[in-house]
Amino acid sequence: MTDGPVNPEPPTPPDGQDGPQIGRDEWVARVEGRREGYHGIMRPIREAWDRLPRAGKLTALIIPAAIFPLITAEGNVFRYGLFTMVYALLALGLNMVVGFAGLLDLGYVAFFGFGAYTYAILASPHYNLHWQAEAALPVVVVVCALVGFLVGLPSRRLIGDYLAIMTLFFGQAFVLFVNNANRIKFPFVGYTDLTGGSNGLPNVDPLNFFGYKLGDTRQQYYLLLIAIVLVIVMLYMIRDSRTGRAWRALREDPLAAEAMSMPVNRLRLLAFSSGAAVAGFTGAIYVTIATAALPGDYDVGLLILIYAIMILGGFGSITGIVFGAIVVTSVPELLRSTANARPIFYGVILIALVMTIRPWKRLAAVLGGLIAFGFVVHAIASAWYPRLVEGKAQGSGWFADFLNHWMLFPTHVTTMAQVLYIFMVAAIVIVPQLPRLWRTILLVPLLYLVIFVWENLMIEQITGATKLILLGAMLVALMIARPQGLAGEAYVEIV
Amino acid sequence: MNDEAKKPLLELEGVGKAFGGLHVIDDLDLVVNEHEVVSVIGPNGAGKTTLFNLITGLYRPDTGQIRLDGKDLVGLAPHKITRLGVARTFQTLRLFLNMTVKENVMAAEYGRTKVGLLRSMVRTPAARREEKEIHRVAEEKLSFFGERLMGYRWNQFAYSLSYANRRRLEIARAMATQPRILLLDEPAAGMNPSETHEITELIGELRSEGGYTVLVIEHDMHVVEGISDRVVALDHGIKIAEGSFEQVATDERVIEAYLGLRLAETK
Repeated sequence: MTDGPVNPEPPTPPDGQDGPQIGRDEWVARVEGRREGYHGIMRPIREAWDRLPRAGKLTALIIPAAIFPLITAEGNVFRYGLFTMVYALLALGLNMVVGFAGLLDLGYVAFFGFGAYTYAILASPHYNLHWQAEAALPVVVVVCALVGFLVGLPSRRLIGDYLAIMTLFFGQAFVLFVNNANRIKFPFVGYTDLTGGSNGLPNVDPLNFFGYKLGDTRQQYYLLLIAIVLVIVMLYMIRDSRTGRAWRALREDPLAAEAMSMPVNRLRLLAFSSGAAVAGFTGAIYVTIATAALPGDYDVGLLILIYAIMILGGFGSITGIVFGAIVVTSVPELLRSTANARPIFYGVILIALVMTIRPWKRLAAVLGGLIAFGFVVHAIASAWYPRLVEGKAQGSGWFADFLNHWMLFPTHVTTMAQVLYIFMVAAIVIVPQLPRLWRTILLVPLLYLVIFVWENLMIEQITGATKLILLGAMLVALMIARPQGLAGEAYVEIV
Repeated sequence: MNDEAKKPLLELEGVGKAFGGLHVIDDLDLVVNEHEVVSVIGPNGAGKTTLFNLITGLYRPDTGQIRLDGKDLVGLAPHKITRLGVARTFQTLRLFLNMTVKENVMAAEYGRTKVGLLRSMVRTPAARREEKEIHRVAEEKLSFFGERLMGYRWNQFAYSLSYANRRRLEIARAMATQPRILLLDEPAAGMNPSETHEITELIGELRSEGGYTVLVIEHDMHVVEGISDRVVALDHGIKIAEGSFEQVATDERVIEAYLGLRLAETK
């Protein structure tokens, strides 16, 4: 790598012209050059990204998103596009509450549900109200902001764990309510069915602006794209505004914020109801795509998914959240077929190796050793016990051919693979704890074992447990490598 | 110090605060006149920081009155007291660490600016004008410290600053609320001799150039001597001496409080 001549001169300071001056604190002056994280293969990409102005960044996100429905089948637009965008919108709204203002809101999904149900009541055959979207959407947004305000009122003095429990309670109460609010007695009205109970509210009208219906998947996609661009622009505006700065200040230190003239309680309420408004808006659009409001859609599972997106993308980072949403929604969808699953599996393993093993020589040794190890094992097995290699790899093509000459495929695999699966899990836990030399040596057979289990056992159950295991492993690996998320700034505390 | 008629800016009358049975501040009277620099000294646990917390509204006094320019401060929320013109720094630095240097100061301008969430979302002309003004004021306050918090430092995170610069940034942040009186809680703590000297000069400039009234808690007697028009000594929440630095420094009760009874007796 470093084969250039040794440079006898001291490195030039970043400014170029004059060297560090006494009293000018040159250590700090050079902080740009020492910034962490910009090395390896991602470096040119990240530097180019940093140089782009904000409008350029936004366009760089919009253009592929706008082209996507034109080059792919409608089913793909529905499976990947719509849900990615709904989740991204939700995570962006949550980012305002958790990322900016630092309030751990676990009842967030209830506002999403509240928006969905409000829209469904206003625009469905349930009460025979068929409001136009231009009237119903503002009502939904205002109602949700109001509910957010009301939920915020008792909890505005709570922080941290207490707020989390209070809001979690609200989220669960919402699910119970919509499940059971099909027979509520109102004064003067009598019994009425408000939410359809566990059957939900079916046949919600498609979005219709001024009589123009958006029923087609591609139309919904572009509407969501517009909505997401608007929300992103809005968030950028807010982040560097008076209110946004105050939110971030109270996230950092509420007491200091209060002492520096910021009304902390009021700002908390504002963050809460702004997040609720975004969630409600998203809920209204979601319910027109799903065409029914069902209680199960707004439960803890979705909450975890949204938090996963936000943590994966990085708290407080707007672009990170968009990437997080793409990863979290598209990876499980892609993993539904064997043809997609294999490149993802080997890709993830390769990326993990490239990122963790340095220097390059070591990496080359591990990869070369792995290939050689496979051929040796294959040769020994076919000589001593041919039944171990008489099976066939799934699929076809050069890679499957390669696997047939390299990996073991026993004819009766099930029991053996299951035992080895457990052995593999144990080995994955133990090997990283070993001393460095043993770790490198054992890495090769471990990788071979992982690939064996994958090819013989896991790939057959790709739509079931394997999908979740793989996704979980990816998330764990990513959080270990980048605790601040894909695009988040590392959060620093001084001790 | 000058011949102008001394006008009281901050007045405390019979202020008391107890935590359980412990009287942290007991029946304290204190007046700070306009354009005056008053130091509060006293051993650890004397109630100095509690005094600041009472003035800024973080604690509510059990008894007594606190007035700023005649207006009653007791019972007001801390952010309202700051808006009326009382700003403070913290002994245990409480900066917004994961915000940039400039943002720290800009955030503190919240109280005296108006543009709300909706207007800043669509960037109305009024919002843009106000944002520009916020930037201008922040730069002005940061320029008070010479080159130390200028230029490339604006966009650095507060956590990347040195300890001394963090103390300076706290003062800049307090100034950004446009106070009439600045409460500085141990501004020279943890600084080296030359930085301490610089802080002494800075506090003088805060009065002469910034036009602030300053109430300062300080342990370093050289600083106290260099800056104070008047010194107030506290011990166990009670005012034990008040007057010029020489008067207080030679007061027997003060020496006793600092050095212990026996040494004072043998002297």
